[in-house]
Amino acid sequence: MSREAWALSAPVPKATGWQLFLKTVVARAYPRVVGQQRERSWIFFDVFLSVLAISAYVFVYRAIGAPEEYVGFVIVGGAMTAFWLNVLWSMSSQLYWEKESGNLALYIMAPNSMMAILLGMALGGIIATSLRALVILLVGSLIFHVQYAVGSIPALVIIFLLTLTALYGLGMMSASLFLLWGREAWHLANLAQEPIYLLSGFYFPVKNLGFWVAAVASIIPLTLGLDGMRQLLFPSGAALGFLDVRIEIVILTVLSVLFLVAARALLGYMERKAIREGRLLESRR
Amino acid sequence: MRRQWDTVWRSFRIATWLGWQIESNWTDPFLFAVYSMIKPLASAAILVVMYGVITNARFENPVFPYIYIGNAFYMYVGSVMVGVSWAVIDDREHYRTLKYLYIAPIRIPAYWLGRGIARFLTGSFAVLITMAAGVLFLRVPFHPAEVDWPLFLASLVLGVAMLAMMGLVLASISLMIAHHFFLIGEAVAGALYLLSGAIFPLEVLPPWLRPLGFAMPITYWLELIRRALLGDAARAFPTLAAFSNGQLLGILGGLTVLFGLIALFAFRWCDYQARERGLIDMTTNY
Repeated sequence: MSREAWALSAPVPKATGWQLFLKTVVARAYPRVVGQQRERSWIFFDVFLSVLAISAYVFVYRAIGAPEEYVGFVIVGGAMTAFWLNVLWSMSSQLYWEKESGNLALYIMAPNSMMAILLGMALGGIIATSLRALVILLVGSLIFHVQYAVGSIPALVIIFLLTLTALYGLGMMSASLFLLWGREAWHLANLAQEPIYLLSGFYFPVKNLGFWVAAVASIIPLTLGLDGMRQLLFPSGAALGFLDVRIEIVILTVLSVLFLVAARALLGYMERKAIREGRLLESRR
Repeated sequence: MRRQWDTVWRSFRIATWLGWQIESNWTDPFLFAVYSMIKPLASAAILVVMYGVITNARFENPVFPYIYIGNAFYMYVGSVMVGVSWAVIDDREHYRTLKYLYIAPIRIPAYWLGRGIARFLTGSFAVLITMAAGVLFLRVPFHPAEVDWPLFLASLVLGVAMLAMMGLVLASISLMIAHHFFLIGEAVAGALYLLSGAIFPLEVLPPWLRPLGFAMPITYWLELIRRALLGDAARAFPTLAAFSNGQLLGILGGLTVLFGLIALFAFRWCDYQARERGLIDMTTNY
């Protein structure tokens, strides 16, 4: 028997249980991380477009004589837009795109957990987008000479990681909602850009929207995440902050657990509903 | 000759109807109206809050209407320029009908312009809503009796025509590219937003970037719109104070003709290249 024939006839070790779950997570994260880095022009455009948007807001602040710290607020907010756009277009609406391209049925037929696929998408998205956000932060800070005064590095790391966990949990939760949508998915994702930039205070401290608006907006993890990070990154951040950073960490922890649990429950429900209503293979362009 | 014009008109008319259907019939009219209002208002509200935070809501300062009106009318750039070029991507990648359009008895540039009209209509609604909110709630100085209506209408028509021509150039380029198709329009719109003084006077830009701002046709268009709507208040900024309205209209008209010619040649060249390389029915799944 030749070596090739022997290799083909040898039994393939099959992963089951947690091994299968973890392998699925890694397999779905892989194209996110590697694929996106291969498309170098996209990395350029992602960074370039974000820096353009940031620059326009920075020049507005300079035109109206804002304190220089507001420039730093814009840079941090602008870097975090990368995560919101990733959650919106590559998490929430991803199952809709998968349905359009015919992959969704394959995901459901394969002997793996859909939750593992969503986790893989989230993990890959976090890694790939973190690189972009970091570049945006560095480029923006260098161009506009932003000065940082980090209060507590551990608190900053904790709040950043909790923000991403809660945010991608929200993305996983809404992905199942998008499963049921057709043509409207694109428009609804598009609708969730500027209003969230406004409500979450991407370009100004969210405290300025008033307590109740900021409180309602806190359901989007980036609202408290951005507020907490600004408090820890800039000297006047605490004075302009919405809530105490410790309270924000507690709320973000609760949101992380809540969104991940809800994502699991909602995904199961929506998958059953979509199968029952025959929506998994429909393509309403 | 008359038959050619009939074809152009038919292509334009049907594309306008088709574009409107695509833009609006994905949901019920109520949700569509809400969608059309929320996006532009939220985008304007970001600037309003930023301005309000720093100036303690001194909306009577001339810089506020400068920012507000510039931002409101800049929405036409996203709707008309990006809208025209988006038709190529929509038809080729999403609906996969571009090859059928190419074998149909229509004129492709007229068809693209028609598709842009639907975006112009939704864009006009967004501009109107944004302006109404500014006048009603933010004291944007707008007095119908004091508006220079002939200047406003002439500027608006010339500006929209110029944006449509810029959109045709982008659409022609989009025929030949796959991987960056949706980024080209956004990149151009983003660069113009920064460089054309849409939301801040050009004097705020670093000196080495200002010449680029003066080279952008949208700079002159927005200045004319501001002058028509605000009168003397628009002259509080020195950027284009040396130019009369007639001179600005002349510059805008000249640039519109220039972009029309560029669009004509760009379409001919890109169309030929796309046919040669077999790109008309390309589907990339990007």
